Order: sequence, then C-alpha cells, then structure tokens
Amino acid sequence: MTAPARKAPPPERRFTTISDMEIEAVYGPADIADSEYDEDIGNPGEYPFTRGAYPTMYRGKLWTMRQFAGFGTPEDTNKRFHYLLGQGQTGLSTAFDMPTLMGYDADHERSLGEVGREGVSVSSLADMEILFDGIRLDQVTTSMTVNCSASILLAMYFALAEKQGVSLEKVGGTIQNDMLKEFTAQKEWISPPRPSVRVIVDMIEYCAEHAPRWHPVSISGYHIREAGSTAVQELAFTLGDGICYVQAAIERGLDVDSFAPRLSFFFNVHNDFLEEIAKFRAARRMWAKIMRERFGAKNPRSWLLRTHAQTAGCSLTAQQPLNNVARVAIQALAAVLGGTNSLHTNSMDETLALPSEPAVLAALRTQQIIAEETGVINTADPLGGSYAIEALTDRLEREAFEYIDKIDELGGMIAAIDEGFPQREIAEASYHFQQQLDSGEKIMVGVNDYVTEEEISLELLRIPQDVERRQVERVRAHKAARTASAVEEGLRAVRDAAAVDRNLMPPMIDAVKAGCTVGEISDIFRDVFGVYRDPALV
Amino acid sequence: MADRPIRILIAKPGLDGHDRGAKIIARALRDGGFEVIYTGLHQTPEMIAEAAVQEDVDAVGLSILSGAHMTLFPAIIDLMESKGLTGVKVFGGGIIPEEDAESLKSKGVSEIFTPGASTQDIVDWAREHISGN
Repeated sequence: MTAPARKAPPPERRFTTISDMEIEAVYGPADIADSEYDEDIGNPGEYPFTRGAYPTMYRGKLWTMRQFAGFGTPEDTNKRFHYLLGQGQTGLSTAFDMPTLMGYDADHERSLGEVGREGVSVSSLADMEILFDGIRLDQVTTSMTVNCSASILLAMYFALAEKQGVSLEKVGGTIQNDMLKEFTAQKEWISPPRPSVRVIVDMIEYCAEHAPRWHPVSISGYHIREAGSTAVQELAFTLGDGICYVQAAIERGLDVDSFAPRLSFFFNVHNDFLEEIAKFRAARRMWAKIMRERFGAKNPRSWLLRTHAQTAGCSLTAQQPLNNVARVAIQALAAVLGGTNSLHTNSMDETLALPSEPAVLAALRTQQIIAEETGVINTADPLGGSYAIEALTDRLEREAFEYIDKIDELGGMIAAIDEGFPQREIAEASYHFQQQLDSGEKIMVGVNDYVTEEEISLELLRIPQDVERRQVERVRAHKAARTASAVEEGLRAVRDAAAVDRNLMPPMIDAVKAGCTVGEISDIFRDVFGVYRDPALV
Repeated sequence: MADRPIRILIAKPGLDGHDRGAKIIARALRDGGFEVIYTGLHQTPEMIAEAAVQEDVDAVGLSILSGAHMTLFPAIIDLMESKGLTGVKVFGGGIIPEEDAESLKSKGVSEIFTPGASTQDIVDWAREHISGN
C-alpha cells in the first residue's frame, strides 16, 4: 500500500486547528499503523471506550438534553424550568447568580448589583423550595453548576428531597463541585485548594454512602477551554484534576470502585469539528487507562468516562448573532459524533445577555433536529476508523499525557496550581489565539472578516432592577423569622466538623434545615479554612 | 514627569471570574509600551480606587462580565472623584449593551469596548486618549 502524496503547503498558509495544531493534507494507513483495534480503539462499550460509553450508543439511550437556566428570583427560574420541561427537555440544569456562587447572601454588600443577574439567587432553603416548586426530585435529574459553595447547595437539595418525602437513594443529578478548575479557569473560590479538595472528598464520601444516584463532582474542562486553552490543555488539565480527586479520595481510605463510577465529566465543544470529535474519543480512552492502570480500578464502570458537553460560549459573536445558530449546530453535531452523554446548546444571544425564551427554544430544537432528522444516531461512532480522526485522537492523547507527566513532576495538580503552571499555559494560549485573530491568521466570521454594518435586532432578556431589592427583602425577612438558637447550633456543628476533619455533609444538611444561609456557612469556611486570593498572573 | 511611561490600572470589579479579556488587554497594553498594573479578581470599588491612588496611574480600565456594570462603574468613578483622581481616565469592557454603554459614558466613562474589539483598537485608543499626569 502506498502512502498518499503529501505536497508541502505554500509557505504563507498554515493549515491548523483552532488550537493551532498543524494538520496533514491527507491521512492514511501509515498514520495509524501503531494502533491495534482491540487494544487501542475497541468496540463501543468496551475498554478503552474510544468509540463510546455504551455498545449501541444513542439507539439505546439518546443523550440528555439539558439546557442550563437561571436568572432573577427563584420564581423566575422555576417558571423557566417548567417551560423547558414542557418543551421536551429531559433534565434540569441550574445557573446560580454570582453571590450564590461565591458564598454571599443576597443582602451582603458584595452582592450589590449582582443579585439575579448571571443566574438565580439562592440564599436559603426557602429559596430552594421556590426554585423547585411543583417538581418532584425523584421525577427529574438536576444538574447544579456551583463550586466553592457547592456543599451548601447540595445540602439544601438533599434537605428539600427529605421535605418532599423523597429518599436520597432516588435523587439523581450532578453537582459541578470541581474546585481545581476554579483556580485555573473559572475563578470562583472561597478557600485555598487543599481545604477545597477536602470538602469535595467529604461530598464524594457522603454520596457514595447515602445518595448512590448522585454525581458528586463533574470534572470540568469547559471553563478551561473558555479561559482560552487549547484542546490538548483542556484534556490534560481536566483529567489532571480528576487524577487529583481520585488520589485524594483514595487517601481518605475509600475504595476506588466505591466512588469512581459516579465521577462525571463536562467538556467544551468548540468550532474545530474534527479536533473536537477526536478530543471526546481521546478523553474516554485516557480516563479508562488512568483508572485501570494508574489507580487499579476493577469495576469497568469505574473506567468509563461519561460526559456532559456544552457548546463553546467563547466561540459565539456579538456581531451578526444569527450566525451563532450555525456555530452551535456544528458544535453540537461534533459532540454527538464524539459520543457525549448529555448536551447543552448555547443560545444565539448569549454574547449579549442571558438567553431569551425564543433563543433557548431554537438551541434546544437544534439538538432535537440532530436527534430526529440527521440520522447520526443510527450507528455508534460512525467516524471510528477514519484515518484523520484516529490519528488526531492518538495525537491529542499523546500530547495531553505529556502535560500530565509534567504535572506529576511538579508534584500533582495542587502543587502545579500553587506554582501557576496551568494558569500560565492557558493565558499563553489565549493570548496567542488573540494575536492570530488580530493578525488575521485566524478568522472569526463577522468579527475580523465578512464584517457588515448592522443594527442588532434581537429581543434580549432584561433582568428588572427590582429583582435585587425583592431578594434582599426576602433574605432579611427569612433571617428575622428563624429560631436564633437553632441557627447558632447549626452553625456551631458545621464549624466543629470543619475544624476536626469530620464529614461536613451531615451537619450542613441540619444547618440549612435550621435556616442557616449560604453566606453564613461560607463565612465558616473563610474563618476555618482561610480565604484564597487571586495571584493575578498576567 | 513627561519621561515616565504612562501607567494604566487594569481592574476586575465584581464577583465574576471571567479574566480572559482583562489579562489579554493587560498584556497587549504592556506590549504596546504602557506600564500596566493588574489588580486580579473580585475587587471592590474601594479597593480599585485605592489602588489607583497608590499606583499613581493615568488611567483605569475596568473589565466586567457579570451584568453589574451599571452599579459598579459609577461607584468606582464616584470613589475616584472623592479621592481627587479627577484627571484619571476610566475606560471599560465586557458584556455591556449599547444603551448601557451610552449611559455609562454620560456618567464619566471615557470609552466602552465590547466583544470583538481588537487589542490594536484598544492600544490605539489608549495612545490617543491617555496622557501622563
């Protein structure tokens, strides 16, 4: 067999992925000559799961269509939840506002101007009850995107289940709760990395014992990519974070197979179609190897990387926003061809505001069109065996493992973060891409080429100015109506557990039932664990 | 005084952690010959105004993507005025709708850059509009 001819490209034009990885003009058998089908690729549903998590993939079960939603008061978001469920969405996904995400109550001075703007405001269990009004927690699965205050929100969700008479064994969902990527990418934090990881292990331990259908961590590359990383960095730092959590839980004394099947993942899906498909395939194969070879997991479910995906917010443009519908459709198709298990499609108006109802509907319909009209669900991993896809999958894996080796050399992910290594790598990649845009080497349609004069005519979602005032009044009334002694007792028990390394979840569930708030419990973390400050690396 | 490089404070007010833009701008301005001080994330208006005084800057660039710009930008400008920083230009960037940008300009913000602005546009603007104390 002869190798396909490779002609040198003209010197002025480089053919690269969006991550600036050079691509061959043609791939052929020689590019995948080292790959053994059974060992390196495998059938769908079999180790190392390159071709997918399940044998028949989407014939057996479609991906979960899960649109992230949250704004304003708990009533506002509850209404959006009911709307999305009514439109055929199959799972809920909650966006909280910045004060909730950073551990402040709506009435804190740092919350000024931020309440209900970027998500829904939740300060107490009373808010959580309104948020899920009319929704039985054993009838839906819920994803909650929250990190440094995740333990408190999970305590509220579990307390709400109890109030509804739903056993924790029947409560299913995911909480993002991935603090390591906060220090490198999303930057929402209260305390430094080490105590943050300790709280996460508390949650992993509690869920393994009491809430077996709950995913206590969603190890997330999404934000790493949004912060400007390459696809390889997204893979490497995400799986590197995963390694750190697994190691920490094993050091706590947990058997790896007791918790690993409930670890889940969350990846970005960007514009570079082939690179993204390869990234999802590489991620599954890498995690399978890490879990089996590095951690000695024996249960095949521990080897399996199951993932949610979200189309890349940073790829969308404020200019000519209707073009975003096309970008999102292409990205969503890449996620499906990559074998995602759950998907959020961004709305066309998200560079301008939180999404409006018609924009969210078009985004959800995009997924439904892929599922119902394109036929790509008929066969598992239809691109498996493509020379280009297999070669790219191999290359992404190889380069990501080189990063993981480097992190190991630095002493693990926490040490690497302390040193600023992933932060600097991401900032470099982000600046490099911006320079490529500024020089015109990379094109964003409508931004640095194909530009038109336009008036944006989309109807945007506006958060009324009185949302904040109403939430502040509600939190103040809530605080005034509580039994002071029960609140004190609840907070004291949380403080004691924090100080002596006792699992925080049981006292936190009691504390939120007594009316303790997100801000009050976060203050205990600030006190006992200390406050992390941005190293402000440029 | 005329010989010292122009100093710009790049600041991230508010609670959100979207610092990709702020860091790119800080670096582009530095590469463009300015002296740049970056505050890091999660700064209160008081911290930013105080840093502007301490660092003796000629301009302050604010980056915000949390939707709180209508509260935080005017608060920072008021505090800067109360500290006597009247000649210090304030510019900003983020997810800021056109009508909000107009309103902020009427409250003393010199320029607002929105998604899609190139770093060159921002460096050029800074060269034209920011002068040393």
